[in-house]
Amino acid sequence: MNQSRRKEATVRRLLEEASPPPVPQELYAEAVRRGGRLLRRRAALRRVMWLLLLAAAVAFVVWASTARPWVEPPSETTPPLTGW
Amino acid sequence: MRRRQASQDARRAREFETFVAGAAGRLLHAATLLTAEARDDNPRARALLTASLAHTYATWDRLRGEDPYDRARQQLAIRYARGAWHRYRGHSGLLERLAPQERLILVLRMYEGVAEEQTAALLGLPVERVRAICARAISLLLHPPRGPAPKATGPDPAAQRGPAAQPRTGPEAGADAGAAMNGGSTRTEAAPS
Repeated sequence: MNQSRRKEATVRRLLEEASPPPVPQELYAEAVRRGGRLLRRRAALRRVMWLLLLAAAVAFVVWASTARPWVEPPSETTPPLTGW
Repeated sequence: MRRRQASQDARRAREFETFVAGAAGRLLHAATLLTAEARDDNPRARALLTASLAHTYATWDRLRGEDPYDRARQQLAIRYARGAWHRYRGHSGLLERLAPQERLILVLRMYEGVAEEQTAALLGLPVERVRAICARAISLLLHPPRGPAPKATGPDPAAQRGPAAQPRTGPEAGADAGAAMNGGSTRTEAAPS
């Protein structure tokens, strides 16, 4: 156990000791550009989904108000004549 | 509405710039260790980091108190593990001898100090397997095998017949999930020395 701890410490030191690479100037700007594009694309997608939902709702209302599916259809058969 | 949007954009950009100024150095170092590239010539590590940071920027407004550094690091690990970055084998850097999965786990555990359980959850591996891979990576790093590194170009016959008698340390239930990102390295687990 103790030995493995020592090994871990050695590896940690190895990894930390290597001098970190310089961060290029354009990295931030590029990340913001691509992140912004991602955001805009998501917003556009959301907008399209809402529009579709709205269109579907409108279509349903129009159809329902013309077809009136809740009204009982007029009877097509006459009841049998009895009691004469 | 539009003004609120603009002020939100400005605030996000400001906060994100501060974050990048503080975190990019460390994250780029981690990415360069992962891709095993030279310190001054690391286009892949930069691309990997840029993609991760772009995702962090896009989800900035939905962080809800979560640490953005954790998010960015998670993205980095996921993007690296997902492939694409495996096919290129780095030929310099500290971890050039290690397989991609070993590099990833070593960097997460030892350089970033992520807990074993979190690493396992992030990669979809059992904890025992993460522990075993980490131990193997450590011993590979500290005691590099002699001669040219033979691994990751195909199954390594020496390693396959080596630890056959060694009892498995735990259930191999999630081994298949891990094998998907194993990057062609089909070695069996070496016991930690």
